[in-house]
Amino acid sequence: MAITDDVLVIGGGLAGTVAALSAAEHGGDVRLVTYKQSTLRHATGLIDVLGYTPEGEGPLADPFDAIDALPTGHPYERVGTDAVRDALLFFDALTGDTYGGAHTDSNALVPTSNGTVKPTARYPVGTAPGLAADPADTLFVGFETLPEFDGPLAAKHLEAAGVPFETRGVTLQFPGIKRADAKVTRYAHLLDWDEAVDIGRGETGARAALAAGVSDALEGETRVGFPPILGDDNHDVVRRDLEERLGVAVFEVPAGPPSLPGMRLEDQLYHALEEAGVNVTTGVPVVDYQAGDGDRIEHVLVDRKGQQVPYAASEYVLATGGLVGKGVDSDRTHVFEPIFDCHVAHAEDRYEWFVDDAFGDHPFASYGLEVDNELRPQDANGDLEFENLRAAGAVLSGYDFAAEKSGSGVSLSTGYVAGDRAGAEVSG
Amino acid sequence: MATDTEVLVLGGGSTGCGIARDLAMRGLEVTLVERGNLTHGTTGRMHGLLHSGGRYAVSDQASARECIQEVDVLQDIAGHCIEMTGGLFVQRPEDSDEYFQKKLTGCRECDIPARVLSGAEARRIEPYLAKDVKRAIQVPDGAVDPFRLCVANAHDAERHGARIETHAEVVDLLREGDDIYGVTVRHDSGPGKRTHKTPGTTEDITADYVVNATGAWAGQIGAMADLEVAVRPSKGVMTIMNVRQVDTVINRCRPKGDADIIVPHETTAILGTTDEEVEDPDDYPEEQWEVDLMIATLAELVPILKEARTIRSFWGVRPLYEPPGTGTEDPTDITRDFFLLDHAERDGVGGMTSIVGGKLTTSRLMAEKISDHICDKLGHSASCDTADVPLPGSENLEALEDAMDEFGLRSPVARRSTQRLGSRSREVLQTTDPNPVICNCESVTRAEVQDAIAQSGSDLNAVRIRTRASMGNCQGGFCCQLLANELHPEYDEETARAAYDELFQERWKGERHALWGEQLSQAMLKYALHATTYNADGDPARTGTDVNFEAFDGGQTDTEAGPSGVVATDGGPRNRGGDQ
Ligand SMILES: Cc1cc2nc3c(=O)[nH]c(=O)nc-3n(C[C@H](O)[C@H](O)[C@H](O)COP(=O)(O)OP(=O)(O)OC[C@H]3O[C@@H](n4cnc5c(N)ncnc54)[C@H](O)[C@@H]3O)c2cc1C
Ligand SMILES: Cc1cc2nc3c(=O)[nH]c(=O)nc-3n(C[C@H](O)[C@H](O)[C@H](O)COP(=O)(O)OP(=O)(O)OC[C@H]3O[C@@H](n4cnc5c(N)ncnc54)[C@H](O)[C@@H]3O)c2cc1C
Repeated sequence: MAITDDVLVIGGGLAGTVAALSAAEHGGDVRLVTYKQSTLRHATGLIDVLGYTPEGEGPLADPFDAIDALPTGHPYERVGTDAVRDALLFFDALTGDTYGGAHTDSNALVPTSNGTVKPTARYPVGTAPGLAADPADTLFVGFETLPEFDGPLAAKHLEAAGVPFETRGVTLQFPGIKRADAKVTRYAHLLDWDEAVDIGRGETGARAALAAGVSDALEGETRVGFPPILGDDNHDVVRRDLEERLGVAVFEVPAGPPSLPGMRLEDQLYHALEEAGVNVTTGVPVVDYQAGDGDRIEHVLVDRKGQQVPYAASEYVLATGGLVGKGVDSDRTHVFEPIFDCHVAHAEDRYEWFVDDAFGDHPFASYGLEVDNELRPQDANGDLEFENLRAAGAVLSGYDFAAEKSGSGVSLSTGYVAGDRAGAEVSG
Repeated sequence: MATDTEVLVLGGGSTGCGIARDLAMRGLEVTLVERGNLTHGTTGRMHGLLHSGGRYAVSDQASARECIQEVDVLQDIAGHCIEMTGGLFVQRPEDSDEYFQKKLTGCRECDIPARVLSGAEARRIEPYLAKDVKRAIQVPDGAVDPFRLCVANAHDAERHGARIETHAEVVDLLREGDDIYGVTVRHDSGPGKRTHKTPGTTEDITADYVVNATGAWAGQIGAMADLEVAVRPSKGVMTIMNVRQVDTVINRCRPKGDADIIVPHETTAILGTTDEEVEDPDDYPEEQWEVDLMIATLAELVPILKEARTIRSFWGVRPLYEPPGTGTEDPTDITRDFFLLDHAERDGVGGMTSIVGGKLTTSRLMAEKISDHICDKLGHSASCDTADVPLPGSENLEALEDAMDEFGLRSPVARRSTQRLGSRSREVLQTTDPNPVICNCESVTRAEVQDAIAQSGSDLNAVRIRTRASMGNCQGGFCCQLLANELHPEYDEETARAAYDELFQERWKGERHALWGEQLSQAMLKYALHATTYNADGDPARTGTDVNFEAFDGGQTDTEAGPSGVVATDGGPRNRGGDQ
């Protein structure tokens, strides 16, 4: 007997979790099956909606004007601008006071760990005090043992980018870190639990020790940017505690993987799934499916240690990610979607999958599924692949999220719509 | 007339660096000029096989004998640049018995230790060999790191007083009548170590004698003084796998052919190669079929290669030469020996000799013969010690083992670092400052990166060839930015940014030939990290876009109540000054 639910979501990244949550609002039984870590562990936790047009114009101060002008086939065009707004409202309600940006349509420019600024629509509250439109002088603090973020270099780079405030950087030793190869979670936990650290003349709390070092370095700046290691479980308390001790605003500068802000968002989403009563099955892949009557999926097969177990539902949402999440895969001659073998349009010659400039218009960056306005995948002739399958997030084609800065916005909007439609279908 | 230097060596490949070391050790004043980084030419784009000579044992026994002698020498003087992996010449059922026998006899005639193994014995050594391989001949092949070898030679030349100028392109030969007396070089930024964005200068360097060791480019140099050097550049492809499928060099035991060698190299295995004549050594097609051919053909020997992941492919050009009138049709038939062309004897123009051809394995011996010739020309008598004196990094390798734990590095990191640095490990890694890993794939720490920067300036590709940073699985995805960070504050922000851009584009170049499956996924991750997280493509500092910052969200102000949470409510500061 197959495990049976009303809606089955495949893939547990931003798109899949949001799809499961919006489907669950309709009241049916919802299950989410996901395999490996999602892209959120690599990503910054920022919710970019649209920072640049497909032609590269930007940074856009207002993403919504540009969304209306997107070409046919772009995921935002498929779902419509109103749905993007609805999805953002859904996200704002979900994240409450842990995210900023809801008060305006405008994009924010966030300083990044390499010293550029990048446009985004929603940002973790720990990043909020660092926005580049706020002309407050800023000190960037890096640590000797965390080579990705070089405070003095980032400060200089931001100056070259033309930010409207003074920047300065320092490199400090992180109190209590002896090993040069400690993981970022080690830094976060020292601050989360305010562990005692040895400062040469006795022991003190990690937060006090850190604040003392930074305090000595401050020269009148009114805010301080750190790499994103300011606590994990108690992130908010850590940041506010540091603000109180320093008497200035404290923020995190988004950085590359492993990314605590992305993981914090992931934790929040999984917590919400639990609250909403979604059944979550992790660590196992969906590997195949059984076709049913008409153009319907009867059930999918989940690989449990080599055994193929059927999971059935009335409606399915495919949110397995793009090339990074492995929802889109390739060999030397084909680009394909591995579970349902849905149609993926791509050049025949693999040397046409990319261009020579590392930051050029790479065709591979937008490979994925073509869908109708209901987000149902279409075959090469434009006919539906299945009646009861929708797709959401990075598995979709028609956009280069890296160039546009639209990754999380698309996953959020399409996840929201796909889940909502699937949920509506089963609730009658 | 007083000249700037006694000998001027053109070209910083294995040939030029070897000659510079040899002559400097013999007490001559030497200057070497190279238009790119050291190893910029063919040397940085070769297969990495330290030839036992087995490959030439049938077709070219003189070369084969030189190879096996030099393998012995390099073990003594360059232990930190080579890995004695051993090699197998593998016979498949369809390969001829007669050739197998010839190969075996040839090896024995050339004093190359050779032992016949059954198919089962060969598979016990290399379990991924195809089930149906028939027999194998075991020989002492190895792997050589061309970057480390060249850098060690150049470094030692400097220790003996030589001047090594990289990023200095020869743009003209200075010739008066029938005498060449120097060159004009254009410094990219400089003279001295390369620093980005420092304006370049032009310099005339005069010399008593000029050695043209520019390999495939020797014809272009010759033409600057109206001399013809008929180099026939021939390209070959190499494809790098993400892991070492084999730990032994695997050769196909049949007469010359494409795609017949797999060399285990550091953390990777390299498949190669092809042999195809090209017009221009700087501009030739890099084609998909060549990569596909590597995998398809070598999978006959090691079937799992078919499913394995490749991380990039690259091409090199052989500087093949044949004396005028030979007229060989097929480039694979052109000899792999080297030629010394003394232009005084050949063209009646004095002051310069051109060197073309040869192999990296025998580059020390080549340098010795060429240096003998030059000393003869200059009437300088000194003996050659290059076969006896270890290169920097290979001195006291025995003491190295003991020093391994000393540097507070995780032990796999320490092992990789000490393999690269050899006897220089202590000097480089002995730091009291925190020494985090900068490149995880290749285990390269800050101290090693800083040592490379001190040698080579702000050029991160030069740091790469010294340390292997950014050459592993992620192809610089995670470390390009970290490497650029290491340049600051010694170099300014603009320089660090330019160095990052250059390394990032360089790493993309070779990876393009590996873009499917796992590596395409990795490439998307890398693209996303650099474009999305870092916004390197939309960076106003790079694009020059004038951003109207005021038009963007500056955060929620105190007066607007709402869920943003920017406002501290627990006695923290009431927000920053500014737009509120
Ligand atoms: C380095 C990096 C930085 C980024 N930075 C930003 C940023 O700053 N701002 C922004 O807005 N966006 C950013 N993005 C983009 C954004 O994170 C992604 O576009 C978005 O998270 C994709 O979400 P997704 O749910 O569609 O896919 P994913 O997060 O990839 O999730 C797919 C999930 O499906 C699972 N899965 C795959 N196949 C199967 C299967 N067969 N069975 C079961 N489960 C399966 C995967 O294991 C994974 O958990 C970044 C992306 C990267 C890579
Ligand atoms: C595909 C391939 C695989 C190979 N595999 C092996 C192998 O496994 N084992 C082995 O032993 N040998 C191998 N070889 C041979 C070996 O790589 C070469 O013999 C050796 O590297 C040649 O070194 P070189 O110094 O003569 O030439 P190069 O390394 O090409 O050096 C010439 C230098 O001159 C510089 N130059 C050019 N023009 C100018 C100018 N105008 N001004 C200043 N500088 C200039 C170039 O930038 C270059 O760095 C291989 C060769 C190829 C092509």
